[in-house]
Amino acid sequence: MCGIVGIYLKNEKLKNSLGSLLSKMLINMGSRGPDSAGFAIYKKEEKERFKYSICINKLNFKDFEERINKHIEAELKKNSDHVILKTSLKPEAMLAILKKHFQDVSLVGYGKSIEIFKQVGDPSEVVKKFKLDDYSGSHAIGHTRMATESAITTDGSHPYSTGEDECLVHNGSLSNHNNLRRKLKKDGVNFDSENDTEVAAGYISNNLSNKKNLKETLKDSLKDLDGFYTFITGTKDGFAVLRDEIACKPAVIAETDDYVAIASEFQAMAHLPEVNNAKIFEPEPGVVYSWGN
Amino acid sequence: MELDLKKLELRNVNDKLQNLDRKTNERDFTIINPEGNHAICAGLDKEMNVTIKGHVGYYCAGMNKKATITIEGNVGTGVAENMMSGKVHVKGNASQSAGATAHGGLLIIDGDASSRCGISMKGADIIVKGSVGHMSGFMSQSGNLVVCGDAGEALGDSLYETNIYIKGNVKSLGADCVEKKMDKKHINKLRKFLKNAEIKNHKAESFKRYGSARKLYNFKIDNNY
Repeated sequence: MCGIVGIYLKNEKLKNSLGSLLSKMLINMGSRGPDSAGFAIYKKEEKERFKYSICINKLNFKDFEERINKHIEAELKKNSDHVILKTSLKPEAMLAILKKHFQDVSLVGYGKSIEIFKQVGDPSEVVKKFKLDDYSGSHAIGHTRMATESAITTDGSHPYSTGEDECLVHNGSLSNHNNLRRKLKKDGVNFDSENDTEVAAGYISNNLSNKKNLKETLKDSLKDLDGFYTFITGTKDGFAVLRDEIACKPAVIAETDDYVAIASEFQAMAHLPEVNNAKIFEPEPGVVYSWGN
Repeated sequence: MELDLKKLELRNVNDKLQNLDRKTNERDFTIINPEGNHAICAGLDKEMNVTIKGHVGYYCAGMNKKATITIEGNVGTGVAENMMSGKVHVKGNASQSAGATAHGGLLIIDGDASSRCGISMKGADIIVKGSVGHMSGFMSQSGNLVVCGDAGEALGDSLYETNIYIKGNVKSLGADCVEKKMDKKHINKLRKFLKNAEIKNHKAESFKRYGSARKLYNFKIDNNY
């Protein structure tokens, strides 16, 4: 099962309601994935600083703040057990600091516009916890998980960061993830969980860092990733969708002059404005669709 | 009678339609605000007309018997799956497995149907005015699948005795599916289907017929192992 959702705004007017539109989509898709939920929201790009989305797990926020201040100059914003950390420190240096001094927290994403939040629990509880309704932005993707390949943990929740301002959500399961993980580890890609989607995320980020573009990377995944999947990959400018060639995993797209939305089932989009007059279609198998990229 | 799914529980609406009050002559129903719900109008077994105004989810009109159901919108996976008789008319597009395992009745789809349309059908007639996706007619046993547009990969894979009529291009044929001669008998039959579905812009003569080569499922008595 699992549910995936995404919305990309073409009309700025809807920007302030992005969070509430996505939140209803996620709550509805709770029927496909009651174990955990997560979302990536893209906001206006920071000019100088980078944003790091960090899950501080069981740590006390004050303790985390104190410890961080010993290493870097940063602005912290707490949201439940997640923290958005803004700093001018570049990803390479920041990732090294987190690896060395903060083994007890998890970096869930980073970039100049992306913010990622994910947690175990019923999707309706998760969106409430992170106050998703209050968020504004240009586009967002989300996921509700029914755990199959690995345990119900924050690490096993989606979206997965695939690099700077990039992330992935996945409905389906991969059968060659163990082999692929071994190969990618040899290329220096790090993995935190036993999850199959993390491998797909690692595969995508590895290809992108080898200077392949997103469309090429997704096309390549048709031959390298064995299994069932509908992917949504978020980037700074928009999102892309790909279904495997057997196309057992559902997806439906609704497009109006104001937005493009995607969900596993139409019912997750039934509340969107003017959706009954939208162009509604099913993405074809093996074809990369993208908006804003 | 108008049934509003924003106000009524889906279960109650289906229950009402499945157990019509025989004391009244109410046989025409309109369902509004379907909002992509699953299994709307599943299991109806009396003569009645239901119009659904909007897009629906999975298994709409599943197991239909005798009822005429019109969907003014798109449908999700498995519309009219296992239909026994009656008529289901989709005015928009259909998702995968439309008319799966349907034994009888007529399914008309005005738009496109995606993959596995008519999978394992057992006697229904399916008419798609647009195109169908891959693996359509997979293992279908009897009935007719008419497509006015194109067909995706592996059309009619492992099929038994269903007749498939395609107007446009076929991306590829599945195992044991071959093009067959369109003789007068078939043209006349197809003409009737097109008339029934009020299709006027396609001539029966312009369709190609596909069927089983009967090499997969026939046991050959002279096979020596």
